[in-house]
Amino acid sequence: MLTFTIRRLLFAIPTLLFIALVIFLLLELAPGDPMANVPLTVPSEVKEQMRVALGLGEPMHIRFWKWIIQFFWIEPLNVFDALFGTGFAEGKLRIISWQNRAPVFIAIAERIPQTLWVVGTAYVVAILIAIPVGIYSAYRQYSIFDQAGTFVTMVGFSVPPFFSGVLVILIFAVQLRWFPSIYDTTLEVNSWEAFGMQVRQMFLPVMVLALQITSQLSRFMRASMLDNLNQDYVRTARAKGLRENTVVLVHVLRNSMIPVVTVIALGVPSIFGGAIITEQVFKVNGIGQLLITAIQANDLPMVQTLTFIFAVLIVLFNLIADVLYGMLDPRIRYD
Amino acid sequence: MTEHDARAPGTAIGSEFGTVAASAPVAGAEPILMTRARSQWWDVWDQFSSHKGALAGAAVFLAIVLMVVIGPMIWPLDPTETDIRSRNQGISLVHPLGTDQLGRDIFARVMQGGRISLAVGLTAMALSLVLGTLIGVMAGYFRRLDGPLMRFTDLFLALPLLPLLLVMVLLFREPLTAAFGIETGIFILIVSAIGITSWMQTARIVRGDVLALKEREFVLAARATGTPSRRIVTRHVLPNILSPIMVSATLGIATAIITESALSFLGLGFPPDFPTWGRLLNDGVSYLELYPGRAFWPGLAISLVVLSINYVGDGLRDALDPRIRGR
Repeated sequence: MLTFTIRRLLFAIPTLLFIALVIFLLLELAPGDPMANVPLTVPSEVKEQMRVALGLGEPMHIRFWKWIIQFFWIEPLNVFDALFGTGFAEGKLRIISWQNRAPVFIAIAERIPQTLWVVGTAYVVAILIAIPVGIYSAYRQYSIFDQAGTFVTMVGFSVPPFFSGVLVILIFAVQLRWFPSIYDTTLEVNSWEAFGMQVRQMFLPVMVLALQITSQLSRFMRASMLDNLNQDYVRTARAKGLRENTVVLVHVLRNSMIPVVTVIALGVPSIFGGAIITEQVFKVNGIGQLLITAIQANDLPMVQTLTFIFAVLIVLFNLIADVLYGMLDPRIRYD
Repeated sequence: MTEHDARAPGTAIGSEFGTVAASAPVAGAEPILMTRARSQWWDVWDQFSSHKGALAGAAVFLAIVLMVVIGPMIWPLDPTETDIRSRNQGISLVHPLGTDQLGRDIFARVMQGGRISLAVGLTAMALSLVLGTLIGVMAGYFRRLDGPLMRFTDLFLALPLLPLLLVMVLLFREPLTAAFGIETGIFILIVSAIGITSWMQTARIVRGDVLALKEREFVLAARATGTPSRRIVTRHVLPNILSPIMVSATLGIATAIITESALSFLGLGFPPDFPTWGRLLNDGVSYLELYPGRAFWPGLAISLVVLSINYVGDGLRDALDPRIRGR
């Protein structure tokens, strides 16, 4: 198991380097000078500083190397400094945003909590709904509940978040006026009243995200349960005289959860991607919205770094899913 | 000689053209053979039509396609014609879905937008299918290419697709519009961006099927008669992997339409003069409180198309799977 994990970890390094190279080359080979988009109002010394930070004028591979160093060494050093009050990173050039001329990671650190709150809550809610629905649909296959569930998941699968978001705003915010349609990030949770506000403003974005995740997960859960319900060990368990609850919820469920757990882990990064749209609909100022505004402002360092962060998330959760799969199912340890 | 032999070993789907063609002259002389004329596609159709959702989905999809293709030719109002005096109107006989803030007819705009959205969906699907099939067949058929190509696919699967799509649109929009004009330039950009980022699932499925197929006797027989690899692939392998390719084609249209709409919705797709469903939805969101219909209709169109395609894909998967068919 340990060698398997280490091997997967080692494979993650070239993957990440390849993705970094793709992102870098995409921005590099794009026609036009990246500095041409910087407004004329930017003072010339700042422009010069930006040129140095980008390493413009140096050969491409050196600039790529510098960016990698900044991302993997200088920025983590800054985090370390901020945590322990040390000064390892002093005087080292960080990745500078072209929009606000501050280090990119400061802006990202400000935005990440909002994204994590909304996405995290949606994911937990979705898992809590999807698993029981999947179990019951499989247990009573072709019942009315199963048919209705299949239809709802098909709809949840097909309606894109930018339409379901608009729909729930229309119904719950415009018509019924139960929930606010815009996420107010200046709200500080310091009283029960403010907490209630926070819950209410999170309700709609969480609902939209959760609907999508639930429909994917519950279909998967149902299929996985159906695979296991007809196995021999289930008949054995029933023949031993175990109660039906124990058979389904202990024996079948535990075996069915193996693929589902990995799907849950694999889904996390794509949820961050999907949150880009949901954040845009509800005006949540998370990292998805940061990416959109950076793209609109032609802020290439910010775009580059954020895209790469999404890639790191994907590779990381792929790794977690692989390792989890090996841990949960001893049959598939690859070594 | 190889041409004739290559046709003889019965391939699952490709064979029916061969047998029908061969039995046609005989069928006239001997009426017994008439019963054999029923081709495999009829079985597929029987299974497909027993899936109610798939049938309804196909009907809805065809209706939308017909409306979008023929609609703008019959409908008297032009989608870009502004009429300030009749702006922001509600539902009426002249304007079945009302008008927007410039007095443009929303029904005409939704139909026109559907043309672009469906065209993008179909073309992007075709591109990703060609790429996916090419890479999948190469990886499955040539053992030496399998490792590198599959690692390549894995790397592509690890890319953050939506952010990358946004970046691609940001960077290549202006040079391409300068080179091909606004409409063609953006069309080429969006179609190729979606196609390049969505071939991986097809490639994986195709590779798996080709790997299994390669070991079958008829491929061995074809090889034994000296058929070159290129012809084995086109005559024996490709017809047999048609069903997974068709299923991923249907699902590919759905994802391509969603992706295009998402890009347009985020303001990085087609420019405002070219209404696509995502663009119309995005424009409508600003008027959500006063005129909810403006965002509702294009959104409903996207959802209906995707839902019907998903049902068709579901039905096709069952219909094309011989293990399920006939049960």
